[in-house]
Amino acid sequence: MDVLINLSLNGLATGMLIFLLAAGLTLIFGLMDVLNFAHGGLFAWGAYSGIWIYTATGSFLVGIIGAILTGMLLGILTERWIIKPVYGNHVQQILITLGLMLVLSEMLKVVWGPNQISASTPSYLSGSWEVGGVIIIKYRVFIIAVGLAVFLAVQYVLKKTKIGLVVRAGVMNKEMVQSLGINIQKVFMLVFMIGAGMAALGGMLLGPYSGVIHADMGMEFAILAFIVVVIGGMGSFSGSVMAAILVGLSGSFMAYYVPDLALAANMLLMAVVLIFRPQGLFGAKG
Amino acid sequence: MSTLLKLDHVETFIGQYHILQGVTFEVPKGEVTVLLGRNGAGKTTTLRTIMGLNHASKGSVSFKGEEIKDLPTYTIANKGIGYVPEDQGIFAGLTVEENIKVAIKKENEETHERLDWILNLFPDLKKFWKKPGGLLSGGQKQMLSIARAYVNENELLLIDEPSKGLAPIIVEKVMESIQQMKDKTTIILVEQNFMMASTIGDSFYIIDDGRTVSNGSMNVLREDEEMRRKYLGIA
Ligand SMILES: Nc1ncnc2c1ncn2[C@@H]1O[C@H](COP(=O)(O)OP(=O)(O)OP(=O)(O)O)[C@@H](O)[C@H]1O
Ligand SMILES: [Mg+2]
Repeated sequence: MDVLINLSLNGLATGMLIFLLAAGLTLIFGLMDVLNFAHGGLFAWGAYSGIWIYTATGSFLVGIIGAILTGMLLGILTERWIIKPVYGNHVQQILITLGLMLVLSEMLKVVWGPNQISASTPSYLSGSWEVGGVIIIKYRVFIIAVGLAVFLAVQYVLKKTKIGLVVRAGVMNKEMVQSLGINIQKVFMLVFMIGAGMAALGGMLLGPYSGVIHADMGMEFAILAFIVVVIGGMGSFSGSVMAAILVGLSGSFMAYYVPDLALAANMLLMAVVLIFRPQGLFGAKG
Repeated sequence: MSTLLKLDHVETFIGQYHILQGVTFEVPKGEVTVLLGRNGAGKTTTLRTIMGLNHASKGSVSFKGEEIKDLPTYTIANKGIGYVPEDQGIFAGLTVEENIKVAIKKENEETHERLDWILNLFPDLKKFWKKPGGLLSGGQKQMLSIARAYVNENELLLIDEPSKGLAPIIVEKVMESIQQMKDKTTIILVEQNFMMASTIGDSFYIIDDGRTVSNGSMNVLREDEEMRRKYLGIA
């Protein structure tokens, strides 16, 4: 029983980290038709900058805020200088964002060295609770709580505010949004910035969870995030959280019971979804 | 009578295709100007060019005396031009209410009045207020699209073939609404249904192969069977 609970919590926590990465990807794809392969780079940059600030200041919270701000800043620069010139051209987008991914990874090694860096859990989040004989690791619960809070906050903005309405409308019909007098470029930038901030937060949270961070951590999670975006439906925000939890849980359980098949299982899941529901489980676009 | 919008030798390329090759017309304030022409003549492209959705490479588009041809679409819209596209451009996943809300630039007394007025004209929209736009019938979508363009205090509405694919009784309803809007705003109407066009329109321009080839007052076209046959393929 305690194994099942722990595998579930582990899966949920990993799922939330994947969600933080996938949410931005799916919104950016849905709204701007851009597949951003550099998104994992923002995840890794969030981890490095956040852990660095955390180590320097001694405050985990300040580290988190620093990570998010770094992500947002990189997001704005990426949208401005890298993505904007290639809107509408998928081949160029893939090449340039893949290139940016490599540059972002290499830059991490230049700034912080090629070796992995250890990341510790702040004292108030380390350790565990014992509930009815089951050991529950605090930090996992913390990640799940943060992920859920981010999901609810973004969902609220999307469903209840004018800017959220504009974003949802933009996913459906960009020309019409502009014909109604809305500057969609500004909306693009905002969404890109928030997506990048979420990715950076995810990277930062992963640090203490896995104990170490390294320059290629973005790549590994980006693969899972892309699987999630496909399963959840490209452009569907609520789809991305469901799919991320699914992928997180499947990864956690498979790693315990059939470790060799953990990634393969998620690929298989994606293939099955693509065969039976090519628009994804919650596809916003046709 | 002052001129609200003026196109002067407008040329537009879509990709490598030279679609508009010289479109010239004037829209007097307070009137309904009808654009006629056979399928593929360039009527929709003309409206899209005014909105900045296609870019005019030559010529000029001036609105209230100001050149707007190189402005981005949202700026053009904010100058007071509402657009009802040929495919209606409804946000399928948004409710009727949300489709209208997203369009309202600044909610105030005036927009409320306009909204009430148009909802009285199209009670169906009120009835399906919380229904996703994608589930509306063709006629209801057309009504929603018109309502959405109308709620803001736009000085000019561009309406692209509102009768397309609708049952005659619905066409009549839609046309009646446009007739009523005439008092409040200037309209450019693209319309294949000549009966409808000639009842509502004050003046007409015929576009053929990307050029304006003829124009005049609607009365003239009603009399000129020869011209109708030549450019519109109708008698
Ligand atoms: N995206 C495009 N790429 C290439 N050609 C296009 C494109 N859009 C329109 N055209 C061409 O431009 C010409 C004018 O099209 P447009 O839609 O403006 O005609 P229209 O007068 O509105 O016709 P209809 O009455 O059928 O709506 C047509 O020959 C059409 O094939
Ligand atoms: Mg047309």
